[in-house]
Amino acid sequence: MSTIETTYREAMRAAIRDALIRDDRVFLMGEDVGRYGGCFAVSLGLLEEFGSDRVRDTPLSESAFVGAGIGAALGGMRPIVEIMTVNFSMLALDQVVNNAATLLHMSGGQLNVPIVIRMTTGAGRQLAAQHSHSLEGWYAHIPGIRIVVPATLEDARGMLWTALADPDPVLIFEPGALYPMKGQLDESVREVDIDRAAIRRPGRDATVITYGATLGTSLAAADALAGEGIDVEVIDLRTLRPLDDATLLDSVTRTHRAVVVDEGWRTGSISAEISARITEQAFYDLDAPVERVCSAEVPMPYPKHLEDAALPQQVDVVAAVRRSIGDGG
Amino acid sequence: MVAEIFEFTMPSLGADMDEGKLVEWLVKPGDQVSKGDIVAVVETAKAIMEVECFRPGVVQQIVVEPGTTVPVGAPLARFAALGAPTSPGAAGSEAPAQPEPVAAAAGVSPHGPGPVAHPISATGPLIRRMAAELSVDLATVHGSGRGGAITRADVRRAASESTASRTAARQPHPGARISPYARQLAEQLGVDVSSVHGSGRGGAIRTDDVRAAARAQSEPARSKSGEQPAAAELTAAEPDAAARRAEAARQTTARLMARSKREIPHYYLRTTVDLTEALAWIRERNRELPVNERILPAALFLRATAIAAAHVSRLNGFWQNDQFVPGQAINLGVPVSLRGGGLITPAIMDAGQLRLADLAVRLRDLATRAKAGRLRGSEMTGATITVTNLGDLGVESVYGVIYPPQVALVGVGRIVERPWAVDGLLGVRPVTTVTLSADHRATDGATGARFLDVIGRSLSQPEKL
Amino acid sequence: MSAKHRLELLRQMLRIRRFEERCAELYSAAKIRGFLHLYVGEEAVATGVIGALRPDEPIVSTYREHGHALARGVPMDAVMAEMYGRTNGCSRGRGGSMHLFDADRHFYGGNAIVGGGIPLAVGLGLADAMRGSHRVTTCFFGDGAFAEGEFHESVNLATLWQLPVLFACENNHYAMGTALARTHGQTDLALRAASYGLPAWPVDGMDVLAVEDAAHRAVEIIRAGGGPVFLELRTYRFRAHSMYDPDRYRDKAEIEEWKQRDPIDALVARMRTDGELGDGDLEAIEREVADELARAEEAAEAGPWEPVTDLTRFVYSERS
Repeated sequence: MSTIETTYREAMRAAIRDALIRDDRVFLMGEDVGRYGGCFAVSLGLLEEFGSDRVRDTPLSESAFVGAGIGAALGGMRPIVEIMTVNFSMLALDQVVNNAATLLHMSGGQLNVPIVIRMTTGAGRQLAAQHSHSLEGWYAHIPGIRIVVPATLEDARGMLWTALADPDPVLIFEPGALYPMKGQLDESVREVDIDRAAIRRPGRDATVITYGATLGTSLAAADALAGEGIDVEVIDLRTLRPLDDATLLDSVTRTHRAVVVDEGWRTGSISAEISARITEQAFYDLDAPVERVCSAEVPMPYPKHLEDAALPQQVDVVAAVRRSIGDGG
Repeated sequence: MVAEIFEFTMPSLGADMDEGKLVEWLVKPGDQVSKGDIVAVVETAKAIMEVECFRPGVVQQIVVEPGTTVPVGAPLARFAALGAPTSPGAAGSEAPAQPEPVAAAAGVSPHGPGPVAHPISATGPLIRRMAAELSVDLATVHGSGRGGAITRADVRRAASESTASRTAARQPHPGARISPYARQLAEQLGVDVSSVHGSGRGGAIRTDDVRAAARAQSEPARSKSGEQPAAAELTAAEPDAAARRAEAARQTTARLMARSKREIPHYYLRTTVDLTEALAWIRERNRELPVNERILPAALFLRATAIAAAHVSRLNGFWQNDQFVPGQAINLGVPVSLRGGGLITPAIMDAGQLRLADLAVRLRDLATRAKAGRLRGSEMTGATITVTNLGDLGVESVYGVIYPPQVALVGVGRIVERPWAVDGLLGVRPVTTVTLSADHRATDGATGARFLDVIGRSLSQPEKL
Repeated sequence: MSAKHRLELLRQMLRIRRFEERCAELYSAAKIRGFLHLYVGEEAVATGVIGALRPDEPIVSTYREHGHALARGVPMDAVMAEMYGRTNGCSRGRGGSMHLFDADRHFYGGNAIVGGGIPLAVGLGLADAMRGSHRVTTCFFGDGAFAEGEFHESVNLATLWQLPVLFACENNHYAMGTALARTHGQTDLALRAASYGLPAWPVDGMDVLAVEDAAHRAVEIIRAGGGPVFLELRTYRFRAHSMYDPDRYRDKAEIEEWKQRDPIDALVARMRTDGELGDGDLEAIEREVADELARAEEAAEAGPWEPVTDLTRFVYSERS
């Protein structure tokens, strides 16, 4: 297997480029995806390569261009719609929740919506309270759509094509903090499964369940704990809807301890959902209450030290695992 | 007339049991009990068991409180006898078993009072017994039979519905703060959590605490032999615990088997049986049966053994005090492997009276209850002959060791396809070997041969099963 | 325009009228549940606009869409069965009155979020434009939707990209119970739409011939590559907003005034004047429509219910 050194951003771009080459029905649209090259430079160079018909700059009208993407999907196209950040996607919530997610069902199975909507999520870049939130858990509440979060280079490269092949709407959440992430990527990766969670680090003593930007945080915490002889299993959810219960429960049944790490807020969150499922289905295998490490319940503040304090940090994960194991109880 | 008072005592639930802990009373003074009712839950070194009352009566006085360990034979409670004291079947108000659906007696009578006024008291003994066996409170069961009568199906449904809550209720010390997994582990390791110090938040008991308690229990033995547990062993998790538990069961089996081989002069006979007819026949039968009532070949061998035991009664019974004591009924012992290791051999009681289909159901029921630790005392000690079937594990023949004081054990191997000559023509047929291990003090080879012959003939004429 | 064609327009409007009247009755008899929004009074709009379209041209509609579905050719029995919630309904009974869909007839709902369907029409137009198709996608919406951001975003996007979309604004002068003048600073909707840079003009929505004429002109512009067109079809609903609406917000006199302009009466009068309606023609149409309606009702009554075991179907596509 030959690998290339790449970044998350480049892997994402390669995936979009690949899709535009492979399928005439695919096009990219969104704010500043063309001439600007994408707010986060993901689509840099694609307008020049594919032209303005297939790489379309839109007006600042999230509802219209997300809805137009849904309409184009109904019309036989395979649109990739980019929304700059998850916070902006609130302006298109009607189209996602009331149309994309419902049309198949309302029409009695006649109209499926093969759209892919990409957006940036998460904090860590001092962008304050309107560009930094992690609202993917909200979307995971909605039946009829699929929610994926690539946390690795391989998933950044491979999830898009799988999502485009899905007959139903798929929302891809790209943690903004990961765009510069560098690493080696197998050159042959073209598409990856989006049905299963992945065990990123096997372990025996506790299961840390996470996704997106906090995967790195969790793996670092696991490394730190390994130094103390605590062997942590780290699971990357990858797909928030539908949740891969089997992988989670199998792990928790082995380790008897679960820690959920989620950059979203705690209240009414995906971490709450995971915790509930574990207590519903693995209660008698638990040796400690499910622990959660989430963002502080505050709109994201601007100053670095406050932003850090609001976000799940490695020390928080380490402490949660220790509580779960019984140290520092 | 002054009622006779009889004592309800700590039963012996196994040859190796000399004391037991009363875990729970299921009756209270004033309660009327019928023969066969489950009245208490007792914990032995091996399992938590339900114990039944063998005589009808009214509870007069509870002698032993829950949590108390007493020797076998010690009085647990005093009962006032009802009806004829000893003769079974003549028990007071009990009506004979009724066919399903069991209608409430009052309900079906045109002259009776309100049809569902007292459905429980009017429920037949079959239902009451079944409810007791399955730990179903009849007062909570909705009767779907005529006049609101509770049917066997109702009881089964209620039993399956309450399995989960019963499992939870059976956990020791519900008030203790203990993690769910620690609670489960404590049961597996036989740790009494009431004596365990909890190190978790708010004093909650966690698995580490349970493991420490389990180690403390085994410590004296270790230090006697001069061994010090290695650090790795101390943190080792469940595989080690399961091994310890299996080890305990091993010791019990070891004692019993050593006694068997020391005392019983075994002789062994073996025959090979053509199962073509039998397998075709159950295949045909199973077409009409619901999935959970389908007949497995294992039931076939049980039935054939029961028939043989009826024909050759010298192999059904016990060798006691240097003489053969015939079994009062044919109670087939069936070894059941427990989760986490260990083997017990409860009996299908009165198997001689059971049709094949019922035998299949009882076998399934027995295995389920054995694994859940819900066996009854009589089932633990009552076997008159044992059938061990290792076919599932792939062996072709079993030369078993007899469970003392029984005098015979039938071993069944795997069903294999073999070249087989019938009427001078060679064909491929499904066959298995059936072996007999018998106590030479009780019988000779000729008796054993007759026994195997009956089994062979029964299996070749399945319609007579 | 031939007499035969006018007779066809009359027949179409009568189908819609009688269907809607019967629905009101069936609602009262509890055969139809949920929200029921009737199109009585507005028949000329659906009939005239859809009459100008080819059968393969997409239509995106609102929750007051029975008339559009019938005019597009969705069979009346499938529409009625949908009202009943039966599996022989055009949406398998999953949608009901507000969500009529028929993929084969390019009928894209049945969208009950005011303004929410408009971006879909733009997207359908985008798909056609990208593939070089000359179909016109028609989007029906009301004066209420004109106040929604989604309308303004969509009409801007369609104009920017010169997409083949006909914006058919059914201005019935009330956003549910609130009059146009109470919700818009400038009530000349065509004037405002024109500011986006697309052809836009008002049309008498009570005159089916005027509507059809305007629709033909609009469709010609769009097919010729002239980009989207906006029509403001001024009309009026004779019945309340929905079945559970006491209609306190409208003046009886105003309703009576509009009823004088009943599009069906108007067409009948004109055809009689022009000698295009023979003796018994109207009665014959009424009989045909009554028969069709009776058959539709029978089909709906006889339609099977979706088994509850299929409850969670159609949330995601069924993979083969």
